Amino acid sequence: MSRQLPIVARTPFPRAAGPQLADAQLRGNLRRATRTIRDKRAAVVAEVPDWELLRDRAAAVKDDVLDRLPQLLAQFEAAATAAGAVVHHAADAARANAVVADLVRAQGVDQVVKVKSMATQEIGLNEALAAVGVTAIETDLAELIVQLAEDTPSHILVPAIHYNRSQIREIFARRMPGFAADSDEPAVLAAAARVYLRRTFLAARVAVCGANFAVAETGSLVIVESEGNGRMCLTLPDTLIAVVGVEKLLPRFADLGDFLRLLPRSSTGERMNPYTSIFTGVTPGDGPQRLHIVLLDNGRTTVAADPVGRAALRCIRCSACLNVCPVYERVGGHAYGSVYPGPIGAILSPQLTGQDAGANRTLPYASTLCGACYDVCPVKINIPEILVHLRQAGKPPAAERAAMGLLAWTMRDRRRWRAALRAARAGGRPLRALTRRGGGRLRRAPWPLSAWTAHRDAPLPAAESFRDWWSRTHGR
Amino acid sequence: MRIALFVTCLNDALFPQAGIATVTVLERLGHTVEFPAAQTCCGQMHANTGYAAPARELERGVEAVFAGHDAIVSPSGSCVAHLRTHTGLPVYELSELLVDVLGSIDVGASFPHRVTYHPTCHGLRVLRLRDRPLRLLAAVRRLELVDLPESEQCCGFGGTFALKNAKVSGAMLADKCANAVATGADYLAAADSSCLMHIGGGLARRPGAPRPIHYAEILAATPGSGPVP
Ligand code: SF4
Repeated sequence: MSRQLPIVARTPFPRAAGPQLADAQLRGNLRRATRTIRDKRAAVVAEVPDWELLRDRAAAVKDDVLDRLPQLLAQFEAAATAAGAVVHHAADAARANAVVADLVRAQGVDQVVKVKSMATQEIGLNEALAAVGVTAIETDLAELIVQLAEDTPSHILVPAIHYNRSQIREIFARRMPGFAADSDEPAVLAAAARVYLRRTFLAARVAVCGANFAVAETGSLVIVESEGNGRMCLTLPDTLIAVVGVEKLLPRFADLGDFLRLLPRSSTGERMNPYTSIFTGVTPGDGPQRLHIVLLDNGRTTVAADPVGRAALRCIRCSACLNVCPVYERVGGHAYGSVYPGPIGAILSPQLTGQDAGANRTLPYASTLCGACYDVCPVKINIPEILVHLRQAGKPPAAERAAMGLLAWTMRDRRRWRAALRAARAGGRPLRALTRRGGGRLRRAPWPLSAWTAHRDAPLPAAESFRDWWSRTHGR
Repeated sequence: MRIALFVTCLNDALFPQAGIATVTVLERLGHTVEFPAAQTCCGQMHANTGYAAPARELERGVEAVFAGHDAIVSPSGSCVAHLRTHTGLPVYELSELLVDVLGSIDVGASFPHRVTYHPTCHGLRVLRLRDRPLRLLAAVRRLELVDLPESEQCCGFGGTFALKNAKVSGAMLADKCANAVATGADYLAAADSSCLMHIGGGLARRPGAPRPIHYAEILAATPGSGPVP
C-alpha cells in the first residue's frame, strides 16, 4: 500500500508549527483546555498517597511484558481462542487493514460503528475501509466532531481539543444529518449527537474497537471510556473486531487494578472512569457472537529491541504528557503530523516508522527537555531521555556538525579554551562600545544567530572572563 | 570547608558575575574556594543536542579535573543536573550546598529591591531544588520577594531548541516575559545563566520589565557592595 501512514509527518516540525502559532483562536482554545485537565489531574493525583509506588509497579509490569512479548502473546491467543474469539496477527498496517476489510465484507455490510481507538487511527483504518466501500462511523463525541469536520485528531484523549463549542455547533449544523439546534450549550450539542448516534447504533451489525488492555492470563480485552458509546458498540452488533497493539498486554488479570487506578486520574482527571468493559471471547446468546482480535505489530517489535527507546511502549495513551507540555500547548497536535502528538508522539512516531519516514526525524527536537512530561507519566516513561537518545541517531546539517565539533575540540583543552575566551573578548570589544546604550547587548545578528535575535537580544562576551578575574584576584 | 568551583563555560565567557558572586558568598561564610583551572565545559549542550561522543569526552574531562574533591559547587542547575546524571562527582548546585551541606540560610546579604524568582526546569524537575533558593532569598535583608505567575512553566530556552524551533521558543519566551512584567519586580532571579540569557534577552526588549540576575549575585550583595550591574 503506498498511502502514507497517519503517523508520518509530512512537514518538518518547526515549519508545521508556524501557522499553528499564528492562530490566536487555536492557542486560546488549547490553553484553556489543557489547563483545565492539567489542574483536575493534579488534584486527583494528589489524593493518592501511594501514587509513586503505583507508577513504579505499572512501569515494571509493562517492562516485563516487553521482555516476554512472544510468550505472552501466545498465552493470550490460546486463552482468547479457548473462549471463542478468533485471533489474527498483523505485522504491519496494510495487513491489519486488509484483515479487517475482509472480515467486514464477509458480513455483507457497508457500514461499521467504531469505538475510539488509537491503533485504528495509527493504521488509517477508516480510509482503508472507505477505499473498499465501507463507511466507518466514529461514536466517541469528540472523534465524531473531527470526522464530521473531515479533520484529523489533535489530541489522544480529546481529539477535538482545538475546537471551541461555537465552532462545534457550526460543524454539526453543516454536517450532521437532522441537526437543528441554534444553541452551543454543551448539553444541547451532546443531545443532538446522542440522537444521531442512537439511530446508528441500532442499525449497526459490525463494530470495530481497540483495547486499553489485553490480559494474557484470561484472553480478556478491556476498554475504558466515558460516554457509554463504547458499551453500545461492544454489546449491540453481532460481530466485533478489535485491533490491538501487541504492547497492550498485561500478564495477569490482577495487574489490571493498578492500571485502572492510574489511567482515569492521569487522563480525564477522574477518580474512576464512567464505563469499564471487560469481555472474554463469545457468550452464546449474549452480546456479539463473533469476536475477532487483530494483534498489531506495526514496528513495535523493532522498538522493543531498543534498550532505551522501548520504554515508549509502556504508554497507556492517557495523554497527561500532552496536557503539561509547553510546546504542545502552543502548537497543538497537528504540528506533529501524526495521530500521536505531543511528547509521546515525538518519541513514538519516529520509532514506529523509523526516523527516515517523512519528516519524523524532526520530532525528537520538538522539546526543550523541560521534563514536565516525565513527571506526570503514570508509567514513568523518561521521555526526555528517549528524546535525547533519538537525537543521537539524527542527521544534523553539516554546518551544525562542524560547529559542534569545533566547540568540543576547543573545550577539550584549557589552553585552547582560554585562547578562545580572549579572542571572543577582543572581538566583542568594538561591539560593546557600539551597544553601550543598549546595555551591552546585541539586538540584531547575522544568520544563523538571527534565529536567536529574532526573539531576544544576545549577550556579548564579558569584558573579563571568570578565569581572568580569578587569576587577577586569587592568582599565584 | 574546602569547596571546588565548577563555574561552567557559559558563566566563564559571558556571565562571570555569577561565578564571582558564588566565590564571594562562600568566602564571606569562611570557606575556602578552589578553582581548578583546567576545567572547561560539562558537555550538556552536546549531549542534549545528540552529540554523545564529544559530550562523553567533556564529561570525562570534568571527572579528571575534579577527581579527589569532596564538594564541588556550581551556580548552574542544568550543568549540575547533567554532571549528576552522567558522572559520579559530588557536585552541588549552590542552594543545595548552602542549605543542605553548610546549613547557611542567612548568608548576610542585603538587597533593597523587589525580586521575583523563576525556578528553571532542571533545578525544578531533575535536581528537585524545591524551595531552597527561595528560602535563601527570603533571608536576604530588605529584599521584597514577589510570586511569579505560572512560574513552573518552561521559559522556552532548551539549548539548541531556541535556534532549531525559534518560533515556538519565542512564543514560550513571550509568555514568560509577560508574567515577569506583571510582577512589577525590579529583578527576575534564577539559578541558571543559560535560561537567564534567554529570558533576559527577551526582557531587554520590554520597557519597564525586570532585569535578569543570577540569585547568587543577590546573595553576594551587601550594603557596602555597590550597585548591581
Ligand atoms: S507517555 Fe505517559 S503520560 Fe504520555 S500518554 Fe503515554 S502513558 Fe500517558
